[in-house]
Amino acid sequence: MKQFQYLRAATQQSTLDAISKPGTKIIAGGTNLIDLMKRGVTAPDKLVDITHLPLKNITPTKSGLHIGALALNSTVSENGIVVQKFPLLSMALKAGASPQLRNMATVGGNMMQRTRCSYFYDTTMPCNKREPGTGCGAMGGLNRMHAIFGTRDKCIAVHPSDMCVGLAALDATVIIAGKKGERRIPFTEFHRLPGEHPDVDNTLAKDEMIIGVDIPDNNFAKNSYYLKVRDRQSYAFALVSVAAGLDISNGTIRQARLAMGGVAHKPWRLFEAEKFLVGKAVSEDSFKQAAQIAMQGAKAYEYNAFKLKLAPATITEALKHASGLV
Amino acid sequence: MENKNAHSKPESELEEKDNSRRNFLKQSAFITAVALTPAPAVKAAAMHLDEKIAEAFEKVPVKLEVNGVMHNLSVEPRATLLDILREQIDLTGTKKGCDHGQCGACTVHVDGHRVNSCLTLGVMASGKKITTIEGLAKGEELHPMQEAFLKHDGFQCGYCTPGQIMSAVACIREGHANSETEIREYMSGNICRCGAYPNIVNAIQEVKSGGQIV
Repeated sequence: MKQFQYLRAATQQSTLDAISKPGTKIIAGGTNLIDLMKRGVTAPDKLVDITHLPLKNITPTKSGLHIGALALNSTVSENGIVVQKFPLLSMALKAGASPQLRNMATVGGNMMQRTRCSYFYDTTMPCNKREPGTGCGAMGGLNRMHAIFGTRDKCIAVHPSDMCVGLAALDATVIIAGKKGERRIPFTEFHRLPGEHPDVDNTLAKDEMIIGVDIPDNNFAKNSYYLKVRDRQSYAFALVSVAAGLDISNGTIRQARLAMGGVAHKPWRLFEAEKFLVGKAVSEDSFKQAAQIAMQGAKAYEYNAFKLKLAPATITEALKHASGLV
Repeated sequence: MENKNAHSKPESELEEKDNSRRNFLKQSAFITAVALTPAPAVKAAAMHLDEKIAEAFEKVPVKLEVNGVMHNLSVEPRATLLDILREQIDLTGTKKGCDHGQCGACTVHVDGHRVNSCLTLGVMASGKKITTIEGLAKGEELHPMQEAFLKHDGFQCGYCTPGQIMSAVACIREGHANSETEIREYMSGNICRCGAYPNIVNAIQEVKSGGQIV
């Protein structure tokens, strides 16, 4: 690992001052950043340790729940309010990584983690995300794990997070601090599609930091499910995952929230399928139709065509679990 | 169909921001590195002695309480807790497996919580209490989990065993050892290439059902 200078931030302001300088990165849990630094994928000159900032709180608000950027993944997943009011988030978190990693990883860090595309990780291979302009190794390579939605020829990597799929489905808001103050954006607008700039994962500016996320109250708690399909039963990244939340009254769906992981450069909200489900009776047939709608525009590559079948099947299955059909 | 997943920011705006950032990085990387580096390194850089720069990087003071013993150390910021434990404190029970957080061989407890020491910077663990496999036994008396691993043959080659045992103890303390399924899920961060999993699960179930405080 390349040498770097270590700074311990005492305040949010000093963090913002430090990260506005080139070659400087924030470190919190470090579970992804240290790995990337060991492999030479990234080599910052300075690391700003923010783990001493007071951003670990999980606090009820007037209209929902605030979760600080430094709250640990394990803490959030076991938090009483999260389990009771937003079980989807708890399930998504527990489906990710290992207990050890969840004890280290923070909410903000989870959002900032990079893709696990093997061509991004292998510094001897071309990768537009790691080194813009070098090409995409995955496009004509082993792309079994790769995206089927929102791709461009420059990058077909997927965002690896489970937590983010849950937060996207739950209409969360991201709170961001910069030198000009705070701004709030919908969670679904935090991560971006690769487009012409796959090296840019999200809309956070270089001199900004994540403060936390807000989740609004909802009626999905009783009918939520996170279904993750992977190569082994635990501790593996998703081939496809689905976060489903339903608001059901007398067998009729009043509202639906659906997001998928393992299929795009960002957590993939299924807005059209959600709209379709409103007013429908709880039935496997409606769920299958919603899944077909969700798959419009999907595009497979040489080794990931199986996702075109796996994804709708996973959506249907997640909805069946969420609605209590199974 | 309108794709609301697409980000609304125009590409040109991102390009401009990004190009200028990259160019600035290129131009300023050297100046920045020197400006932030202690005097001997600046001198070394001026003399084009690249190898001296690494040596001159400031070590930082780190206080670690490991298995009840306080250690005042001086470490490079890049040193992981795993390397510090093994190389500086000579506690080689904690193993380096993958060194990338994928195998769990390096599992230790930091302030009572299990973590991967290979992905933990030593400097960030400063002031915290570390427990390693060497800290579980009370003198000659093995920890119940160590006894159970012996009794149930919870290993073959033994390389993953320190990490397995540290994780197994945490698994019970966290309250995640209530069934075979739950144990398997909450032990999934510890890989055993010999495949001793059934015996590891048996060992954990015995300690759990024995009701001892672990």
